[in-house]
Amino acid sequence: MIYLDNAATSFPKPKETIEQLTRFVTTVGGNPGRSGHKLSVEAARIIFEARDKLVEFIHGKKSERVIFTANGTESLNFAILGLLDENDHVITTSLEHNSVMRPLMHLKQRRAVEHTVMQCGPDGRLDMEALARAMRKNTKAVIINHGSNVIGTTQPLGEIKQVIGNTILIADACQTIGSLPIDVDRDNIDVLCFSCHKSLFAVQGLGALYIKEGIDPRPLKFGGTGSKSESSEHPDFLPDRYECGTPNTPGIASLLGGLTFIEKEGLGRIAARKRALREKLLQGLSGIEHATVYGSNANNANVPVISFNLKNKLPSEVGYELNQREIYVRVGLTCAPMAHKTIGTFPTGTVRVSPGYFTTDEEIDRFLEALQHIAGQ
Amino acid sequence: MPDNNLYYVLFHTIHDVLRVEKILKEHGLGHELVPVPRNLSSDCGICVKLHSEIELLRPLLSDIEVAKCVLFDGKEYTSVQLP
Ligand SMILES: Cc1ncc(COP(=O)(O)O)c(C=O)c1O
Repeated sequence: MIYLDNAATSFPKPKETIEQLTRFVTTVGGNPGRSGHKLSVEAARIIFEARDKLVEFIHGKKSERVIFTANGTESLNFAILGLLDENDHVITTSLEHNSVMRPLMHLKQRRAVEHTVMQCGPDGRLDMEALARAMRKNTKAVIINHGSNVIGTTQPLGEIKQVIGNTILIADACQTIGSLPIDVDRDNIDVLCFSCHKSLFAVQGLGALYIKEGIDPRPLKFGGTGSKSESSEHPDFLPDRYECGTPNTPGIASLLGGLTFIEKEGLGRIAARKRALREKLLQGLSGIEHATVYGSNANNANVPVISFNLKNKLPSEVGYELNQREIYVRVGLTCAPMAHKTIGTFPTGTVRVSPGYFTTDEEIDRFLEALQHIAGQ
Repeated sequence: MPDNNLYYVLFHTIHDVLRVEKILKEHGLGHELVPVPRNLSSDCGICVKLHSEIELLRPLLSDIEVAKCVLFDGKEYTSVQLP
């Protein structure tokens, strides 16, 4: 079996993830911060440590400004629905995932929030001058896909923030966090949204966002926090303002394991390995006569997500053939129809291959061999 | 510190309690996390029971807000300002 669908979720997970998860479900198990007993406190401590590690990892300032969610989609919904009001204008790019596009469409219909979509080039490039021209008086936020889940190209967040000035920058870092260094402080990122189950190696069902001081989205959920229980009003202090109900503590424990693993390996080493995997794949694909690869390799900060097609074959046919050989990739529109319009592969989409940190060179070779075979059929 | 003159410090959220725990550990100040004593709050949460000089706490708190500080003299709990 060869798993090449790490852009959807990482697999396998490091042993640190499994250890922390097992430790939580077998020996801790309490509901965090709800009761005064030891198991409840221990559960809260796990969340505290994970939050602390996470804020350090992204170079943020205050850990209570890291908010846990169910996934990247919920983080983006939170930022978008919580910050945009009636008649605001928002700018985004043609590479966005549906978890950006659909909330924006909802807001357009329900709150008269207009959006402008910046057309990126087929190489994934965003035109900074066009971005500056698209800014309006009522532009409240700019939402940027940091790393494409279709072609793996990345956007320069710091440079974009300079162009948009005081307008809120919301970054979708689902594909970049854990693959590239992210520095919210240096790049002046206002809201960073991400999944924790991809390159941060948590189990599925966990996402988070970081909200810079001074940015104050409306909470979208209200309920039990274990704090201020005498009041019928939801608390306004962080993180309780934005988190309520029983959290995904097993998932957060697994994240603590994932972050510990990344710390041990070193993000620099992980990034270098992923770059090497990308290079190796691109090189191999260029040797397959009937393969067309989309996007560009000009920017070496790209993440190992590659889209291609084989001549005279539908992506679904290629996916089927690979699946028969126990090689697992994703095919189709990968939740980003506009991105496929951008690279000219709408509506059939592409074959998307995304190795992870644990993918070996030998696995890439076997994948390329299989593909050579399928292309020649 | 005699056991009949104890301070309990309450915070708004468990996150702050754990921030304070981290700071106290870093500074080697004796403390314990205990369930909030009866009558102090309707929350069933935890608070910090200090086993060191109360005056040492405030300078370490930076932006962490104290919800309540309570002195226990062996018999009664009295709300006080954090010294
Ligand atoms: C760029 C991008 N944004 C958002 C998401 C949504 O993340 P999640 O699946 O965690 O909801 C994904 C992943 O599927 C993604 O690749």
